[in-house]
Amino acid sequence: MASDARVTRVEGRGCVLRGDDIDTDRIIPARFLRCVTFDGIGAHAFEDDRRQAKGDHPLDDPRFAGAKILIVGRNFGCGSSREHAPQALWRFGFQAFVGESFAEIFFGNCVALGLPCVTLPRPELERLMESVDLDPQQPLVLDLEKGTLTSKLGAQAIAMPEGARRQLLEGSWDATAVLLGAGDAIEATARRLPYVAGFAG
Amino acid sequence: MAKTLLDKVWDAHTVRELPGGQTQLFIGLHLIHEVTSPQAFAALAEAGLRVRFPGRTFATVDHIIPTDSQKRPLADPLAEEMLQHLERNCATHGIAFFGPGSGRQGIVHVIGPELGLTQPGMTIACGDSHTSTHGAFGAVAFGIGTSQVRDVLATQCLAIARPKVRRIEVTGKLAPGVYAKDVILAIIRRLGVKGGIGYAYEYAGPVLEAMTLEERMTVCNMSIEGGARCGYVNPDETTFAYLRGRPYAPQGDAFERAVAWWRSMASDPDAPYADRVELDGARIAPTVTYGITPGQSVGVDERIPHPSEVPDEERAGVEEALAFMGLEPGQPIAGTRIDVAFIGSCTNGRISDLREAARVAKLGKVAPGVRTFVVPGSQEVARQAEAEGLPEIFRAAGFDWREPGCSMCLAMNPDKLRGRELCASTSNRNFKGRQGSPTGRTLLMSPAMVAAAAIKGHVVDVREML
Repeated sequence: MASDARVTRVEGRGCVLRGDDIDTDRIIPARFLRCVTFDGIGAHAFEDDRRQAKGDHPLDDPRFAGAKILIVGRNFGCGSSREHAPQALWRFGFQAFVGESFAEIFFGNCVALGLPCVTLPRPELERLMESVDLDPQQPLVLDLEKGTLTSKLGAQAIAMPEGARRQLLEGSWDATAVLLGAGDAIEATARRLPYVAGFAG
Repeated sequence: MAKTLLDKVWDAHTVRELPGGQTQLFIGLHLIHEVTSPQAFAALAEAGLRVRFPGRTFATVDHIIPTDSQKRPLADPLAEEMLQHLERNCATHGIAFFGPGSGRQGIVHVIGPELGLTQPGMTIACGDSHTSTHGAFGAVAFGIGTSQVRDVLATQCLAIARPKVRRIEVTGKLAPGVYAKDVILAIIRRLGVKGGIGYAYEYAGPVLEAMTLEERMTVCNMSIEGGARCGYVNPDETTFAYLRGRPYAPQGDAFERAVAWWRSMASDPDAPYADRVELDGARIAPTVTYGITPGQSVGVDERIPHPSEVPDEERAGVEEALAFMGLEPGQPIAGTRIDVAFIGSCTNGRISDLREAARVAKLGKVAPGVRTFVVPGSQEVARQAEAEGLPEIFRAAGFDWREPGCSMCLAMNPDKLRGRELCASTSNRNFKGRQGSPTGRTLLMSPAMVAAAAIKGHVVDVREML
């Protein structure tokens, strides 16, 4: 895998999106899934929430404009498996997510796009949200090598499952290439499974 | 060493361990549909790759298909374009496609089982979170994103970490009028919408053992709503009897060999579990959601909770839910007026669901002003329902009987809520905006409960009608 696929750090400003159990239907409403490419989907990130908030939504808040790190709550990205959700957020401009916890399919979809999802314990997350809310211009540095998120608060220790962290650090998050590397071992595994041959006698 | 089904299936399908703790897992069955596959095929073409095992991928069209008429071209040009993309991709790569004209079209999680494609001991993947449904057969079935659909097309494998296993035993016996839907809603109410993160759920105990395969599918279907990566029930005689004679199930002597292997894949009696939970099935009431996550539910004989009554970490969510739903804390959920009734989806769109709803539909007429959608999960379910005279029962009661598809579960087709309509729904998600109107509201419940609500015009305890 090319070394330029390595994701070691994300630097930029933060955007605070409060609330728990934010599902992928809210991140990208289903009507925007009626498409055969992901082009243009970024404009519709959180469209219905933003419309109902009439401009009073973090994604429309000028203080957060241009933010690269989205700071979220618990169980972010639950619900539908639609990769359109991280695609929309990425195309909107976010390159990393910090939260208390992430739904597993959303997390996996993010890794597959080279987007880190890292977690902080709730009290630490609250401190970060408060700090970024008070000073949205402050630069944040997510360092996957060190396992820290640095802000005005100093360095906070972030957590991420080791497998995903390694995929990002090594640039092996594009799983197709890694999986192809198994070569004939794939066919060999298939031959060991009795159902693949229809339970032939 | 004693092992769970999850571990046996995992070990049998491991191609190799990947650095960092993930496994390269062979996928025995890959199901695709029109929404999450086009970008995957495009990425495959861009990388100059072919489909590695075209015979192990099967396709259908479900999310965007209209339920008033499947006549081609579809009325919505975008939907028609998506369908044509899928047809072209399947033809190019030699993938079997169960389209509208095939007689086998339907919701992907309905047709996989009914065709006998879904079998015990398999790994199954599909670009849809409700792939967990297939776990009802004792398969390990994952919902995946589009990049992973590309991975499976190109390599028939996933890079994935092995989940822990939580055994959930439902003891006792369900009361009349209490269904599989109530069981899974009760489980999610107890364990929460994120309680399953990192886990596979193994559902067991007398209630699960007594269930039909279709009921087990309803339970496994909503594993994802509990945050679990997948959910399963160990295969047993009920499973084998369901599969016998299905078009893609092994036939003759091969079926007997299959049963022996399937049996061997079940969890050993002394298998170790990371966690165990027990629920008393006799205490589960018909359950209704009142909020905006599937964990926000009450028994139909209970009141909507006051935010002060819920644990601290749930309080903000309950406040947000009540504000969105326009429901008052302390108010009984029974009596909540509904505008729409939807019976269908991969959760509750099978023949047994329609039979239970029809049983209630016979008892009255749809209340004035209530819009209804009864949507069979597949063309096969529709044929069976017709053979049993169910459409006539529904129509006589004033229900709208429609053609198969995902319909109002997710609003990618013309079936949608309007404005703030409140829908009694047999589907799986009550998220804000899920049913197509950003302000539309959803109450999840069983098919019998939805039919009862349609007749009364408000939420009612179906046990009082049966």
